[in-house]
Amino acid sequence: MDNKPSWNVSSVLMVVLFIVVAILVLLPFYAITLASFKPANMVISQGLTFRIQPELLTLENYTSLFTKSAGTYFTWFRNSIIITVLGTVASLFFSSLVGYGLAMYNFRFKNVVFTMILLMMMVPLEIIMLPLYKLMISFKMINTLWGVIIPFVVAPLPVFFFRQYASGLSKEFMDAGRIDGCTEYGIFYRIFVPLMVPAFGAMTILQALGNWNNFLWPTLVLRTKEMITIPIGLSSLITPYGNNYQILLAGCVLAVLPILIVFIFFQRYFISGLTVGGVKG
Amino acid sequence: MSVTTAKANAPKRTSFLYSKTIAPYVFVLPFLITFFVFFAYPVLSTIQMSFQEVLPGATKYIGLRNYEKLFNTHFYRAIYNSFIYTILTLVVLIPLPLVFAVFLNSKMMIFKNFFRSTLFVPALVSVVVAGTIFRMMFGELENSFINSLLGVFGVDKMKWLGSAKFGMLTLVLLATWRWLGVNIIYFLSGLQNIPAELYESAEIDGATTWTKFTRITVPLLKPVTIYVLTISVFGGLSMFIESYMLWSGNRSPNDIGLTMVGYIYQQGIEQNNFGMGSAIGLVLLAFMLLLNMLQLKIFGLFNKED
Repeated sequence: MDNKPSWNVSSVLMVVLFIVVAILVLLPFYAITLASFKPANMVISQGLTFRIQPELLTLENYTSLFTKSAGTYFTWFRNSIIITVLGTVASLFFSSLVGYGLAMYNFRFKNVVFTMILLMMMVPLEIIMLPLYKLMISFKMINTLWGVIIPFVVAPLPVFFFRQYASGLSKEFMDAGRIDGCTEYGIFYRIFVPLMVPAFGAMTILQALGNWNNFLWPTLVLRTKEMITIPIGLSSLITPYGNNYQILLAGCVLAVLPILIVFIFFQRYFISGLTVGGVKG
Repeated sequence: MSVTTAKANAPKRTSFLYSKTIAPYVFVLPFLITFFVFFAYPVLSTIQMSFQEVLPGATKYIGLRNYEKLFNTHFYRAIYNSFIYTILTLVVLIPLPLVFAVFLNSKMMIFKNFFRSTLFVPALVSVVVAGTIFRMMFGELENSFINSLLGVFGVDKMKWLGSAKFGMLTLVLLATWRWLGVNIIYFLSGLQNIPAELYESAEIDGATTWTKFTRITVPLLKPVTIYVLTISVFGGLSMFIESYMLWSGNRSPNDIGLTMVGYIYQQGIEQNNFGMGSAIGLVLLAFMLLLNMLQLKIFGLFNKED
């Protein structure tokens, strides 16, 4: 291989291949966006189609999404935002503390705690969702946003991630901080939080994405129309008769749009966030 | 000098909680609470419930009855579906992203970042949205997206979600669409850790592109591959919402979309039979641990030299 990019047959083939794959990947987005601007009866009788018929395009689905059932969509939106913001902030706060503590100190039971994290990573939520649900009932947290957030505030994955990141930082900063009269917590807050900004960036994005799109647990905890989030609201529009499809499509487009915009601005962090924690080794 | 003054000052302005010995425990305390309350207790409780009939106010031990009831066609179907889905997603979602990552990493490739980002976009979408899109694209109408696309090639319209074979195909395509870009990124990050000198010296020895791929790239990507394999197995076996969305919540004809977690949901949440749901969950956990052990053994992670 030579160092300068050169145009030859294989590079042309590769680009063509990736263009085809990219089109296939984006096709579903094209299909729902187009359908979301079509009249309801067209969507039901035709399903998703390729053809753009400009004379038929309408904003009707979006207006009915906002106006029907007295603006429920905005309630879903608000709940989703609250869960995403509180869940993400709380998770970053606690996970960074735990991860830092594990990485920077030597204390008794340190390895025990680390083993506990690995154990937790190996048992997925699906297996303990029934007892967890029962627990939430006894804590009177069913149908509250706290019930969605609290059990997962200290999830093993972000803790693991922060531990990995903090392990790469020099412990000498701790002694320097102590000499300057910082408390142990001051050292964390004043010295290490700024050093861990890239880790916070990556985790903010991944946690926010996870919270925004979460479905299984919120659907168990949240019960009433006033408390549900966007994914649950959207799924509730699907009935065996499929009579809300057109509103559903408009709702889907609006649920994806905010993340897409964030993604376009923060691509680098999204992508680094995926790899920093997991694939060392 | 300054060290001693800092030490001498410490007791004056700090309490017990601020001491260097106690601080680490304060740091990990939130995890310990979460672990015991929201993890260890539920795990023990699910083991206990699997031997019980759980009714409001009247819980009683029924021995292995819940496990005996698992020997039924629904559960067999659920196990079958979960395993087939997991295997098929592995077959597609390991080699394909690996090859794509190698292409994207190649010096001859242009617009790398554009393609990398574009292929990642489906991962941003909630399962609910993804499921809705696929459910509509794979509709049974003649002019539904996929049917009309196949119509161009003269293929007759199909009831995608009406048969076990095509329903499973739709699920696997959905998984491929969502995770292709993510796995490409894992493999790309692995590729960037392979030293370029290895390829250079191989070229001097006259290695072909194919030899370099099989002798250098694939072996050195082993850690990443194992990681992707592990998360794919866990993800595959705990798949549920995808099928829940494609068939409007556990109502697939003849259980063609029923998965193990779907069966937990059906028994535990829909029919309020927590005992049975717990028993299913523990069987699922046993499968996962077994596969994990098997995988560790196959890849020789028990060997010390790794």
